[in-house]
Amino acid sequence: MPDLLVLGQFAGVNMPDWVDALLRVVFIVALMTINAFALIYLERKILARLQARVGPTRTGPIGTLQSIADALKLVTKEDVRPSTADRWAFELAPYIAFVPVFLIFVPMPFTETWFIRDLNLGLLYVFGVLGLNIVGVVMAGWGSDNKYALLGGVRAAAQAISYEIPMLLIVVSVVMVAAGRLATDGDVAAAVSINGIVSDQTTTPYILLQPLGFVIFLIGALAELHRPPFDMPIAESEVVGGYFVEYSGMRWGMFFLAEYTALFLVVLLASSIFLGGWNWPFGADVGLALQIVLTLVKTSVLIVLIIGSRALFPRLRIDQLMSFSWKVLLPFSIVQVLANGIILAYGGPDWVVGLVSFALLLGLFGLVYGLMRTRKGGDTTRTIQTAPARPRVITSPEVTPVEAGGGD
Amino acid sequence: MTTFQQTVEGEILTEPVVVEREFETVDMNINIGPQHPATHGVFRMVLTVDGEMVKDAVPYIGYMHRGGEKLSENLDYRGALGYQDRTDYLAAFNSEWVYCNAVERLAGIEIPERAEYIRLILSELNRILSHFMFMGAFGTDVGYFGTAFTWTFKERERIQDLFEAVCGDRIMYNYFRVGGLAWEPHESFVEDANWVLDQVEIGIADVDNLMTDNEVFVARCRDVGTMSAEEAISYGVTGPMLRASGVSFDLRVDEPYSIYDRFYWEIPIGERGDVYDRYLVRLEEMRQSVSIVRQALDQMPSSGPIVAERLPARLRPEPGEIYMRQENPRGEYGIYMVADGTDKPWRVKMRSPCFHNLSSLRPQVIDSYLADAVVALGSIDIVLCEVDR
Repeated sequence: MPDLLVLGQFAGVNMPDWVDALLRVVFIVALMTINAFALIYLERKILARLQARVGPTRTGPIGTLQSIADALKLVTKEDVRPSTADRWAFELAPYIAFVPVFLIFVPMPFTETWFIRDLNLGLLYVFGVLGLNIVGVVMAGWGSDNKYALLGGVRAAAQAISYEIPMLLIVVSVVMVAAGRLATDGDVAAAVSINGIVSDQTTTPYILLQPLGFVIFLIGALAELHRPPFDMPIAESEVVGGYFVEYSGMRWGMFFLAEYTALFLVVLLASSIFLGGWNWPFGADVGLALQIVLTLVKTSVLIVLIIGSRALFPRLRIDQLMSFSWKVLLPFSIVQVLANGIILAYGGPDWVVGLVSFALLLGLFGLVYGLMRTRKGGDTTRTIQTAPARPRVITSPEVTPVEAGGGD
Repeated sequence: MTTFQQTVEGEILTEPVVVEREFETVDMNINIGPQHPATHGVFRMVLTVDGEMVKDAVPYIGYMHRGGEKLSENLDYRGALGYQDRTDYLAAFNSEWVYCNAVERLAGIEIPERAEYIRLILSELNRILSHFMFMGAFGTDVGYFGTAFTWTFKERERIQDLFEAVCGDRIMYNYFRVGGLAWEPHESFVEDANWVLDQVEIGIADVDNLMTDNEVFVARCRDVGTMSAEEAISYGVTGPMLRASGVSFDLRVDEPYSIYDRFYWEIPIGERGDVYDRYLVRLEEMRQSVSIVRQALDQMPSSGPIVAERLPARLRPEPGEIYMRQENPRGEYGIYMVADGTDKPWRVKMRSPCFHNLSSLRPQVIDSYLADAVVALGSIDIVLCEVDR
């Protein structure tokens, strides 16, 4: 499989290793920054539309330069450290939150041949590195010496632990399906490589084989990214911004950058392993230029979905979030893994895998809907009775004559 | 974990005593307010939390105390009206109305029918406005990222525009006068009000669609901050909070004032007394208020005086006392006033509903989650200017 950098590929020259490595790093940083700017602008505009506002309009044409203005402001801001903060934890935390996200870029395929490195254990690598991100968040929460930040950091840790497990199990079930399909080619190892999984989806995107997996993965992604309804770590009305409440200037900006880059990357991962990444869905070869368009379109659809959910959902409570993960998502993902294992062990065809997963998805929806009905106690309109107001004759309060008070 | 038991003499026993405890944890005090996004003003509560569970809550009020009662006693009966705008600034018309009614009853002034209708229409519109404000702020407390807030504020703006056209101000109206109204509302008042009501009905439906059946919203609000009817009554809770606990008590009906006996409407009553019921009661009250205003607009005489005849230049009511109470958006707002025959009241006492409603907060939040404490506080719909006066 060709493993070339964009620039080198176009120029067709052989570069020394260190130039090559440097160019890759520069490429990631540039992409990360542009992506964060674009996403912040997009989010502000979409949210504004959903909330009967117009969003940024003044900086640049229709407000497009707003993110750049914000970034400039952040860079020039004073970097404040609370005097009681744990110096090392406080100052290192943004980097530790930022670098893992930066590293996730490495195995992400934008087209058939465009990626930084095609790691043959790409999926494992992504989840391993993504898990490190939380260390930075907890360090920030602990090091700030602020109770809101501490609560936010601990909430983030609890949430990350809970939601990574169903997500990983779903990835396992996807890998099982991929391995089953790739076994005929004799290239089973490609089932753990992201690009290998994408290459296998030329005819059938995996969302058709694992619809339950797609839904659980998206829910897990929302929690992983601290997006509503799972934004407890940064809940403004409770912990006032959570773990980064004490940060200002560029350190705060790095948390922000990490957050938006993680949004893009997790969604890119979802679109790669479920929507077929750079593939045109039903088996047409569209060429390099259209492949990158396809990747971006699929990613954007999911991003808009996630941004939209921010406008439409309030926030869950921490116990509800945990019980939803451990009592609902985890059993369903385990059942999914078991079902895949049994079907594939007996050599069942793909459509059986898809059908079983779809049935499980319906079960999940039914369970959640049923839980909601029970909790609400039937129809809401019935729980409020209205008593007709009884018209009466006006009886005005009487003026009671008193001995004039002392006065002053 | 193991510790060694120590005797009084300092002699350490060799037998380790096993203490049944998972972790050694320390409760943490969290200060919420006076500057915190969830406190709707300058309210402060110190929560003692064990992890996420609230063990104790100590509320602190008084940051906004301006001595409104004493100030009112130092001004003549008409001059103190402006302070009523500044107690409950989200329902200024309602508070002004109570004060005017109290003074009018004291001085024995009858006000013309048209003025009575306009007062009622504006106050009921103000109730809708105030409940919209509640929906928005409460939505933010529950965790909507601004959507509930902007949607409800859009409707609130429409009502405020109408108020601005009537009296020239958007929040501190100062439009009612002892004996009537300051001036005639603008010519197209009835049409404008009807148009605003049409828009507001759409707005109420929007809020209903956004929040009422939202799975996450229900999960956050059901069985949170539950208060029984007995508890609510013992704390002196009034208004939508009391009705959500299942008590049918509405001063507009139970101790009718003004011309409320001329309209037909319904009083929503909750079943469980939790935060969700409070939300539903307020939602339904908005619809009922729309209905009242529509009926009032139909019945209102199209012309006539708006100020009582033969008003004295200086009001000197006979010595006497009165307690006038009315149904404000937040509950029973009362003015107790003692006249001593001079042109200033001898004593003015404001009974503010939020003060009593807020006192029921502590039992609601103890042994709940930190996030629930914020939601329970939001469901009280406090206005700190009114609590502290």
